Parts: sequence; structure tokens; C-alpha cells
Amino acid sequence: MSRVLDIEGLTVGFETGGRRFDAVREVDLALDGGEVLALVGESGSGKSVTALAVMGLLPEVAEITAGTIRFEDRDLARLGEAEMAAVRGARIGLIFQEPMTSLNPTMRVGPQVAEVLRLHKRAGAAAARRAVEELFALVRIPDPAARYDDFPHQMSGGMRQRVVIALALACRPALLIADEPTTALDVTTQAQILELFRDLQREIGQATILITHDLAVVAETAHRVAVMYAGRIVEESASEALFAGALHPYTRGLLRSIPVVRTGPAAGHPRRLVEIPGTVPPPWDLPQGCAFAPRCPRASARCRAERPPLMPFDGGRRAACWHPHVEREDAA
Amino acid sequence: MPEAVAGRRRRRRRLSFNLYLWLGGGLLGLFVLLALFGPAIAPYDTAAQDLFALMQPPSAEHLLGTDNVGRDILSRIIVGTRYTLSIALVATLAAGLGGVALGAVAGYFGGLTDRIVTGFVDLLLTVPNLVLAIAIAAAVGASATGLTVAITASFIPPIARLMRARVIELKEEDFVSAAVTTGMSHTRILLRHVLPNASTVIVIEMSLNAGQAVLVGSALGFLGLGVQPPAPEWGAMLGASREFYAIAPHLVVAPGIAISLLVLAFNLTGDGLRDHFDPGIQR
Repeated sequence: MSRVLDIEGLTVGFETGGRRFDAVREVDLALDGGEVLALVGESGSGKSVTALAVMGLLPEVAEITAGTIRFEDRDLARLGEAEMAAVRGARIGLIFQEPMTSLNPTMRVGPQVAEVLRLHKRAGAAAARRAVEELFALVRIPDPAARYDDFPHQMSGGMRQRVVIALALACRPALLIADEPTTALDVTTQAQILELFRDLQREIGQATILITHDLAVVAETAHRVAVMYAGRIVEESASEALFAGALHPYTRGLLRSIPVVRTGPAAGHPRRLVEIPGTVPPPWDLPQGCAFAPRCPRASARCRAERPPLMPFDGGRRAACWHPHVEREDAA
Repeated sequence: MPEAVAGRRRRRRRLSFNLYLWLGGGLLGLFVLLALFGPAIAPYDTAAQDLFALMQPPSAEHLLGTDNVGRDILSRIIVGTRYTLSIALVATLAAGLGGVALGAVAGYFGGLTDRIVTGFVDLLLTVPNLVLAIAIAAAVGASATGLTVAITASFIPPIARLMRARVIELKEEDFVSAAVTTGMSHTRILLRHVLPNASTVIVIEMSLNAGQAVLVGSALGFLGLGVQPPAPEWGAMLGASREFYAIAPHLVVAPGIAISLLVLAFNLTGDGLRDHFDPGIQR
């Protein structure tokens, strides 16, 4: 498949309260058409800032200080605001976390989606309406023609999230960025929306960046996973490989901190949930060596002195660790 | 929200008869009719003087009596509705437009624009309403137009402040950020997504302002800075009859009550609208 997005050496600097720091550091990411890449990390790891940089929506106090974001033969890092506005919504769609609040309560849902089509595709009123009804059908909204005239408050959370997805997909973007798309939904709705995601991925074949901290969502939807910590990618691999045995101690820590219901002989003896001790260091006060070293069970003197680069491993995996879990028998 | 609860709430809202809105709206409707068809309804010509019937108390012939030059007060009140109402409405609408535009731009774009607009608005706010209106009326000249301009100018600041606050609030809403991510222009976002969501607050504030506008307009008329006699403007009528209030109190009472009723009509409508849009405040 063709390369859709190629981020190289992306560094985003912030300047607030007289402090300068980098929230994203030298991030390399590549994404092919039809691929779903999950960007995983705790709050403040830089995953959302990376996405905002791609959308050209960094807050005023932030700027891209280094690196390129190649997307459809252009470098988004250097695109002007007007050109960026033409890319946004048309070539890159964004799905927000909160379906309850990301639709305008005073506008009917159909016209809200039609508005984007009319803006980017210069579609006429009738054509836009037809296209929106098709989109609603695509995201499995029952009776799309009738729902077109609903206000957001007349819809359930799941239905609204479908509208939000339809909005993001309206112009058939080459890249879809979904920021915690299921976090605000209840569990049964979550499952439906994830299933919809998988179906749409097959039907439309856009590349998707899924930003999440929910590893269960990752396991169900993503082809590849990039784990971020303190502004850097610390591990990247195919998602099966990651769940089979992560290389980086931080990824292992994340995996151990999600509950697993066991069946069979082990049932009744639930595995203890293990949290990662300590907290993410603030980006303006990172340790000299590996940023994770102070919380890492495997940290050595080298880790504290020298920052590990992102190194290649078998099967196209990458990890930034001096003491990766490469021993197979150690797999959790 | 579960369907049943939503349904019950909707029903309760329909059942609970919005007394304020109905009373205020009804009263306002009555005044509008008077303003539109005043001269046709009025029993006498407003300028016709009957020098044999000066300052007569209410009677079957003159329901509200006659004034110091023998004109029928009821007719003058009826025809005068047109002045007071149109000045209040035009000024309120113009102030609404100006205030909404200023506040929206200041709140949405922030930064230097915001500081300039806010500074200007705060400056206007330091001058009392009536004093500002008097200054403007004096500058523009004593006429219905001058009065309208004066009231408009003095009513822009509160609307601008309200609008700015609401827009700053709305700017943080996800659906506004979502609109930005679809590549929409700021003007479009402001018009399509921000303004409609601020409209309720503005409509309520404007209907309350209209009541204030009636008062300020009448006060200026009373002071001789508004519509000039012999036009039957209520404030001017009050002003002209103040010398006679000891011997013929009905000269003062009639326009006074008319002014109060119109203010009441606007205020009731405003309160009714607030209850309607924001039922949470009711209890």
C-alpha cells in the first residue's frame, strides 16, 4: 500500500509561563493507506500534541521546531494556515472524544455534515443532502433520511458518535485521526463503534491514527502500535507482537495494568493488577538518560546516564531501551 | 437521559403555563396594535384643543380627561405609543446588533482586538446610562432620532460584555473545535456555530433592555431632550404636565401608567423567555 503519512524527526516546542520545553521529541512515524496505527500513552506523553501538529492545530504557545510531516506530497509542518484549512476536513478527518458535545446543539445533524461537503466539495444543497444520507447509511444510522433532520439532543451517544464519524469521513479523507473515539461511550456502544470502525476501514481503506490509552481498544482495532512516553516513541510494533510480548519495560507495565478476566484453570485467581510506580516526569524536567529510568524495574547505571535511541528489533519492531525484554520465556 | 424522564419533563414544561410570557406577550401585543393603528383607534385628534374643557377629570366623553390645553389624554396616549415603542425597539435592536458584533469579535478573536473593544466598552460603562444618553442627545439634537441614537449607544456596552463572556465560553466547546478541524473559516464558525448558541442569552437580555430603553427614552422626553411637543410622546407629556400635577393629577398619572405598563410588558416578556429557555432557574 502507498505511504500516506510520513513524520520524521517531529519536535514540538512549547513556551508557557516563561518555560520552554519540548512536548514531542524527534518522533518518527509512518503510515500506509488502509493501516490503523494506535498511538498509546499516558496523559502528557505527547500523543495528542503529535496529532494536533499533523492537523496544524497546535495552540499558539506551541510550534514545530524541527522535523517534517509529509502528507500527499506536501510538508504539513510548513504549510500556511489557508492551505492547511483546505487539507483539514477534506484530506484529514478528525474524530473527537466527546460525541455529546462535539455537535452543535442548535443545528440539525444532517446540515452539520452537509456543511462540510458544501465547503470542500462545493456540493449543491440537494447533492449534499443525498451524500449525507449515504454517509449516515454508511455509518449504520438507521433510517438516514429521517435522522437527517434530528437535533443532536434527540440522538443517543452512540448515534451521535456515528454522526461525528460521518462528519470526519464526509470528504473521504486519506487520513483519519480518532482521539479516544470510544472513551465517552458505554461499553456496549463502544463495541458497536469499534466494529463500525473495522468495517469502515475495510470499506473505505483510509489510514487511521487511533489515539488512546485503552489497550483493549488497541487490541481490537489497530494493526500497529506506537507507545509514547515523555514526548518520545519508546516502542513500535505490530499489535499482535506487542500483545504477545512487549520489548520495552514501560509497555509491559502498561499491559500489566489492565485487568484480564481469566477462564479455565486459572479462573478464580485473578492476576494482581500492577501499577507503574511513580509518575511521568514533567517535560521541562526530564532526567538525563532514559526518561522512564526512574520508574523502571530494569534500570541500570547506563539507563540513567545515556538515553537509548529507538533501535530496530526482529519483525520490524523498534524499541528505545538498553535492557529490552527479548527473552521469549519472559513473555507475559 | 432515559426516554421516560425526558418525556415527562417535556410534558411538564408544556403543562406549566408560562404566566409571565403570556401576560408580557399579550400586553406587548396590545401596545403593538396601538402603535400600528393608533390614529384610527384614538377617539379624538391628538392636536385638537378644546379651550372650554381644560384639565377636565376623566368622564364618559374623555375617558382619561383632558390636558392643560384641552386635548383628549386617551387619544394622546394611544397615538403616543408609536413614539415610545418604536424608539425602544429600534434602539434595543440596534444596540443588540452593535453589542453582539463587538462582543463576538472581542470574545472570539481575543488578544489585542479584545483589549481594545473591552477597554472601549468599559470606558462607556463608567458613564451612567442616563448621563451618556443626555450627552449624546445634546450632541445629536433633541429629536426622535437623537433619542434613539442616545439609547442605542448607552445600551451597547452591557450587551457587548454579555456576548463576549458567552462567546469565550462557547469557544471552548468541542463542537467549535470540531468545526475548526473541518477546515471552516472563522467567520463561518462564528456565524453558524457560535452566534446561534448565544442567541437565547441575548434575546432575554434584549427584552429586558427594551424595558429600560422605555424608561430612559421617557426620562429624556421628560427633560425635553427627546421628541418635541406637541407630538404626544409620553415622557414629553409627563414633562409638560408637571406644573399642573397639584391641581390636575390625572395629567401625570395617565402617561405614567402607560410607561409603567410598557416597561412591565417588556420585563414580563424577558422573565418569561428566561424561564422558558432556562427552566432550571424557575425553582
